[in-house]
Amino acid sequence: MNEFLQFTLGGVSFGMVYAAIGLSLVLIWRGTRILNYSQGAMAMLTTYIALTVITRTGSYWVGFGVALASGLVLGAVIERVVIRPVENKPPLNPVVVTIGLLVLIEGIAGIIYGGQYRSFPTAFSVTGLHAGSVPLGISRNDLFVAAAVLTAALALAALFRYTSAGLRLRAAAFNAYAARLLGVRVGRVLTLGWALAGLIGALAGLLVSPDTFLYPSSMDSIFVLGFTAAVIGGLDSPVGAIVGGLILGVTLNYAGGYLGSNLVPLFGLAALIAVLMIRPSGLFSASHSRQV
Amino acid sequence: MTMTLLRHLAVAIVAGALVWAASVQLNAFRDYQIAEIAVYVVAIAGLSVLIGLSGQISLGNGAFMAIGAYATALLVIHLNWPVWAVFPASAAITAVAGGVVGIAAARLSGPYLAGATLLLAVALPSLALQWPGVFGGDQGLSIVVTAPARLGATFPLTRWQAWVCSLAALITLVLLANLVRSRVGRNWRAIRDDPVAAALTGLNVGRLRVLAFVVSATCAGLAGAMLTFTTTLVSPGSFTLSLSIALLTGAVLGGLGTLAGAIWGALVIVLVPTYVTDVATSHGLSSGVAANIPIAAYGVVLIVVMLLFPNGIQGGVRRLAGPLLPANLTRLASPDRQQPASEQAEGLASPDRRRPVSEHQEEGTK
Repeated sequence: MNEFLQFTLGGVSFGMVYAAIGLSLVLIWRGTRILNYSQGAMAMLTTYIALTVITRTGSYWVGFGVALASGLVLGAVIERVVIRPVENKPPLNPVVVTIGLLVLIEGIAGIIYGGQYRSFPTAFSVTGLHAGSVPLGISRNDLFVAAAVLTAALALAALFRYTSAGLRLRAAAFNAYAARLLGVRVGRVLTLGWALAGLIGALAGLLVSPDTFLYPSSMDSIFVLGFTAAVIGGLDSPVGAIVGGLILGVTLNYAGGYLGSNLVPLFGLAALIAVLMIRPSGLFSASHSRQV
Repeated sequence: MTMTLLRHLAVAIVAGALVWAASVQLNAFRDYQIAEIAVYVVAIAGLSVLIGLSGQISLGNGAFMAIGAYATALLVIHLNWPVWAVFPASAAITAVAGGVVGIAAARLSGPYLAGATLLLAVALPSLALQWPGVFGGDQGLSIVVTAPARLGATFPLTRWQAWVCSLAALITLVLLANLVRSRVGRNWRAIRDDPVAAALTGLNVGRLRVLAFVVSATCAGLAGAMLTFTTTLVSPGSFTLSLSIALLTGAVLGGLGTLAGAIWGALVIVLVPTYVTDVATSHGLSSGVAANIPIAAYGVVLIVVMLLFPNGIQGGVRRLAGPLLPANLTRLASPDRQQPASEQAEGLASPDRRRPVSEHQEEGTK
């Protein structure tokens, strides 16, 4: 029973990271119908920037802030420079371009920082917490991870609901053509969407890198699982991404804990296939599936 | 029909003679590269047919290569089968796996399909780690390959490997060329361009999609078998996500849906990284930097080709050489030459679908 509790809470902590990546993918998908395969690589790059800043200044929080800011800028620049030309092209073109970005960013990181594994600091202590004498299997840092992602998600929700920028984002995602007629500068709105996604992705990179270590392809598997979380949730729904992340995190932690860590990716695949077989567009998707 | 088959066979025989002449002239390392190119030609051709003709995407063909590669190693180690039996058997085993994945995939489209196959590429190699007794774990399995004794004791092994792999690649290309020019190929293009219209005209869209996946997986499985035969080693480290991405790069770069494009793609994938690394090392760059330059170059190539030349190298070759060649020769080089008429028709029928006419195939979705 103790074990079960530990696996569950530990899974929630991992799940929140997958949820953050999923959330950033949903942000971009809603606005542009593009799946950003380079999201993980972007997060890896901003985490390297954070590591450089932390080593120079000695302050975790300065690095944290710089990484989030650079995620914002990176997202906006990428959208403007390489995504804009393929935005209205057949779906395969942006897929290939973002995969190209993934490879390019990992190559650049390899050239600048080399391939060796680097450890990344945590914000808080990683000593396990206890409820009385029962070990909970989570640490202060795990609580911080969950809180940070939840805060980011709530901030995004507030942005979407209560600000005029949020209204424009929703309008452009709902119907770009009508939004443009009503005076929304859709291009800028899409850039904002990518920038926000870059920020959330950077957050995920900062939170997960103490566990995975940092190297050019360190975010690959995290990206794949974050993507799975978003697909489970339906790609259209921010809430779905978070729920999907939690489902996936907990499932994989049970699989890894009880059956051995080698099978974790396989269980991720099984979870994805199971969800997609029942609902081909994910759990929370509003759009209807094709009839063919 | 028979004319088409004969023409494809004639081209294949000429190509085979050229490869034979090259293999005899070149040194052992170049022979090894010929075998490697043949491996990638088969894998990329299978992926190119899947994406370019049936409109489905797979980021998991590296996983199918792994299945074919492990099947080959196991058949050789445990049953001691000869190469001519192992290749078809491995391809058949992978075809079954492709059918299973294809049935699941036929329900999915666009990013969902890309994601599921992506996860397949990541997840499948972990099976080898879970059962090290069967699959050799991290170390993998190694087999012994020898050239037949009647070629002489000094006959270089890499030349034999180049011959076998090139032959397998040529046979695959002839079969694929006939397939894409047959009714099946036309039906694939129909479901790619408009699945609803295709279904209305009586095509079984689901079954055609599964069939495309089976064909693509069979090619990947054969490529995996050829890879094992060439490297004499199969391990999970050979089938990373980067392999699947390299296959996609090759297919896009060469030109999706064209078999000649698969050859271009394979040439670039095999030769350019070696060349770039050589140049970088000779200019005094550290090996870490030199190893990463081709990776970054892949990325640049993917982005630039997609932005500027969405039809790939073969599209460019066709534009340059098209007027010079007899019409049927051009068709042979690229069975997919004509813009599908349905594309324009569809554009008229649904103006809200923002689709440029000049672009290549759209995935059969929406």
